[in-house]
Amino acid sequence: MAYSEKVIDHYENPRNVGKLDDKAENVGTGMVGAPACGDVMRLQIQVSDEGVIEDARFKTYGCGSAIASSSLATEWMKGKTLDQAAEIKNTHLAEELALPPVKIHCSVLAEDAIKAAIDDYRNKQDVGESAA
Amino acid sequence: MKLPIYLDYSATTPADPRVAEKMAQCLVSEGNFGNPASRSHVFGWKAEEAVEDARRNVADLLNADPREIVWTSGATESDNLAIKGVAHFYHKKGKHIITSRIEHKAVLDTCRQLEREGYEVTYLEPGSDGIITPETVENALREDTILVSLMHVNNEIGVVNDIAAIGELTRARKIMFHVDAAQSAGKLPIDMEVMKVDLMSLSAHKMYGPKGIGALYVSRKPRVRLEAQTHGGGHERGMRSGTLPTHQIVGMGEACRIAKEEMATDTEHCLTLRHRFLNHFSDMEEVHVNGSLEQRVSGNLNISFAFVEGESLIMSLKDVAVSSGSACTSASLEPSYVLRALGVNDEMAHSSLRFSFGRFSTAEEVDYAAAQVRQAVEKLRELSPLWDMFKDGVDLSTVQWAAH
Repeated sequence: MAYSEKVIDHYENPRNVGKLDDKAENVGTGMVGAPACGDVMRLQIQVSDEGVIEDARFKTYGCGSAIASSSLATEWMKGKTLDQAAEIKNTHLAEELALPPVKIHCSVLAEDAIKAAIDDYRNKQDVGESAA
Repeated sequence: MKLPIYLDYSATTPADPRVAEKMAQCLVSEGNFGNPASRSHVFGWKAEEAVEDARRNVADLLNADPREIVWTSGATESDNLAIKGVAHFYHKKGKHIITSRIEHKAVLDTCRQLEREGYEVTYLEPGSDGIITPETVENALREDTILVSLMHVNNEIGVVNDIAAIGELTRARKIMFHVDAAQSAGKLPIDMEVMKVDLMSLSAHKMYGPKGIGALYVSRKPRVRLEAQTHGGGHERGMRSGTLPTHQIVGMGEACRIAKEEMATDTEHCLTLRHRFLNHFSDMEEVHVNGSLEQRVSGNLNISFAFVEGESLIMSLKDVAVSSGSACTSASLEPSYVLRALGVNDEMAHSSLRFSFGRFSTAEEVDYAAAQVRQAVEKLRELSPLWDMFKDGVDLSTVQWAAH
């Protein structure tokens, strides 16, 4: 299968690989996919008091397109507010990476991971507030 | 050393230069281009002679009679002819066929077609080592069983079935036994005088011959009858019509001749390389060989590198040509049905690669490839959340995954 140049670039030089402290109050973690399906993404965001994503990190088990989708997602999320980040759609990722039809599910998974990370962060804040 | 490195000999082999040389002599007007079926002139006679020499070489590889060899376009056609041919000819005796879940698609899809025609097929389960035991076969035999079709060597994991023992069971009950030997012929000793096999499929391009040619061994003693699947000029004693492609046939004959002569050297060579390759990973965690390593053809190695997905691994191996058991390389998202039948979990199936070595592989190539694989696995594990979890002591089988 031929990969687009952008997929190859993200695969060879993945941005923002790593792990943030998932226990921290200002960190949201999204873990989506399953090993049996051939891909698992862990996407994490660190959010400032102003609600801006200061840092985003990922680790992905999956094909090159899955790795590229999550790498690109972290790149796009950094510097955005949570609401802005929630606007990132799988179609944008797929288009930017020129994913073939059989790889669209990789970008869908990345969108799921973005949403899951944001939800996790917001849940933490809600719990924090109700406890306060 | 020339890049990229070819380690996919189970998919196909390059033709041996001696084979290519012989083939080239059968094409142009100065060469042996005649139609072997032409009885009226020397061009036909010469071509026929070349075809019959080749037939003898194929028969010799199996210790069979040349009259038991039928030319086909390859193992897929041989499988179709053997299975459909027997089923259609003997349907009055019964309509039950036995095969296994890990056969090549050429056998499985042919059996599916026969099911649509009203036949009943039993699909045997292999052991976790990938082997179909004679006992498993014996327990599945019935009064109305007319055919057992099993592969000698599995194409993905290279494990070897004991076809001699299985042949004893089927012959005692007068049940036809078909063996797909595409991955074993020329690599393992096969003796039709001793092994009670009725039909055997062969392919030239897995043993340094050309693509597009194969053969079906059809036993004469006891005599096996087949219903032809291709009708035409009555070539090959009516079993397979169509003008014989002299250059292809000559290529297969030469490939078989060389394979018989050099089998011991080839085997030794592949075993040494496989051992050398595997040694490069001996100190690495979570590297698993799929299928029996002992009862295995010399050139095959199927390995799962846990926590790394096969397709992304192949993407890293730019200069090494191998196959993946991961689904992502195909349009379906299912991982290898062979590995799943062995009980390998989906995750490990997604993480598997097949390396296959051959006559022209070198130690230098194997070392280079192994280094590339190591580097890629290490890099991808650093990227893998599953590797993180494994290192943190999390048992992945207890995690609730949001399957999609």
